[in-house]
Amino acid sequence: MTTCIEARGLRKTYEKSVALDGVDLRIENGRIVGLIGPNGAGKSTALHAMLGLTPFDGELKVLGRDPWNDRDALMRDVCFIADVAVLPRWIKVSQALDYIAGVHPRFDRARAEGFLARTSIKRNRRVKALSKGMVVQLHLALIMAIDARLLVLDEPTLGLDLLYRKQFYDALLNEYFDGSRTIIITTHQVEEIQDVLTDLIFIQRGRIVLDTTMDAIESRYAEVMVQPGHADAARALRPLRERQVFGRSVMLFDGAPLDQLQQFGDVRTPSIAELFVATMDGTQEATR
Amino acid sequence: MSSLNMAEEMSVAIEQRAAVTQHPTRPFLWSIRRELWENLSILIAPLAVAAISELGFIIAAIRHGREFFAMAARSDGGSHDLIAAPFVFLAVGISLTMVLVAIFYSLDALYGERRDRSIFFWKSLPVSDLTTVTAKMAVPLIVLPAVTLMVVIAANILLLLLGSVAALLIGGPGLHLLWTQVPLPTIWLELAYTLIVTTLWYAPVYAWLMLVSSWARRAALLWAVLPFIVLALFEKIVFNTRHIVELLKYRFSGQFAAAFAADPHIPHNHQTTIPLSWLTPGRYLTSVGLWTGLIFAVVLFAVMVRMRRYREPL
Repeated sequence: MTTCIEARGLRKTYEKSVALDGVDLRIENGRIVGLIGPNGAGKSTALHAMLGLTPFDGELKVLGRDPWNDRDALMRDVCFIADVAVLPRWIKVSQALDYIAGVHPRFDRARAEGFLARTSIKRNRRVKALSKGMVVQLHLALIMAIDARLLVLDEPTLGLDLLYRKQFYDALLNEYFDGSRTIIITTHQVEEIQDVLTDLIFIQRGRIVLDTTMDAIESRYAEVMVQPGHADAARALRPLRERQVFGRSVMLFDGAPLDQLQQFGDVRTPSIAELFVATMDGTQEATR
Repeated sequence: MSSLNMAEEMSVAIEQRAAVTQHPTRPFLWSIRRELWENLSILIAPLAVAAISELGFIIAAIRHGREFFAMAARSDGGSHDLIAAPFVFLAVGISLTMVLVAIFYSLDALYGERRDRSIFFWKSLPVSDLTTVTAKMAVPLIVLPAVTLMVVIAANILLLLLGSVAALLIGGPGLHLLWTQVPLPTIWLELAYTLIVTTLWYAPVYAWLMLVSSWARRAALLWAVLPFIVLALFEKIVFNTRHIVELLKYRFSGQFAAAFAADPHIPHNHQTTIPLSWLTPGRYLTSVGLWTGLIFAVVLFAVMVRMRRYREPL
């Protein structure tokens, strides 16, 4: 069993809008997937469907289970941070540890204590007395101590300062990810997860518009800072997007031959952010 | 060969993972504990009422203790009545507190976790909606009555000790009356009976409040109460009848008529404690009101479990 998530024709409609419009998706075990899209694109809805938090139409299997009908069993193997600051404000750090140790058969309390020992979070404090960064640290310590096969993070670092965000992803990569687990992350701060991901999925208006590995991006996409004389020749290769930087054209190509591109100017692999902007239709909305 | 080894290792790893099990009642018991952590009033409210009552009795004993014991000693024949009154008072006061706590607990039970979005945290753990809702329902139906009974027993024993000290200081018949004329086991038995009878009778009320808490987007109290007021008014205006008011009265006080009956062979003499022969568990258990209420509660419970599954944070 190497497939972690498999979706076919996944649909979710609300009264007046379509959140997921026929999503086909396959995520293998051991991948770190970035699910990126503009606000309201359906990212959270897709994650909620995978986590059994919302009903859906179509086919969806997570670790071989139907998440909507089998949520509690699925949660033995799946962990998630569905939103910022969802830890109950009244709970004490020690109570959170006690409770999860009580209900979760795969929770390693000593491991969680170990993570917490590196922070300044005290056991007898309540969540409401912790700073925003500490709450995320606490939640991550709890989650990372669970021996899960799939970890889902929906905007895990929203509202955190740069230092905490860096620590967050460092801890995730160095102390949690072991090559067999699967991690799915959504975030607007795409530049931060650029080096973390193995796979990238762009979602827009409930549809998947890009589904690729990071390795494939390198071989498929190229960004060229075109020298003034070559602009027209470069445009003939139909760039996905062209923008002006210091009076020069920077063009992003999909699948154009590298040796040709090199004649136009400096070639480099585009960042996720560049690719994102180029892939989304409404650039105004996407850069917001 | 190495891939074969890996495949073997993986299948071993998967088998090891599958081996992790736990006792099915563990999540339920931890869910109840979590309710107690979140709702400290379940324990604090009855204890506070008990403590303040005891303080009141101490002050009353200092001011009127001598007169009280003298009066209790004079009214012989039905004399255990007056000396037992403070003990019954504690039982009644703490029981009423229980009902109040149960009402407010139920109104917030499935609302609070949606309001603060912590439902996302609870749902990230392997605890089913059925387990969660059962644990929440168990608070007014089992936890609160049990806490009430224990607090009343403790408060009555404390009152007996405090009263004995007062009687010793005052002198006279007080001490003898306290230790011979207060039927504490009977009071506790009747209290336990009343708690069970009332709690089962109120089960649909708690279930209704909890259902509203699972569904309302705001103002749960208003949604819980207003429909009945509107319906009662409508009924009065259109038909000039008061069936809904009667129905509500029956639901809130009907258990006493079903579970207790005056035995004409035993005179009562206006006592605060009642003879055990007045308890009619058979009649209560065969009353229509009990079973229609319980069926109603079960139906509401099923809807609640479904709501817990479908409702998203506010």
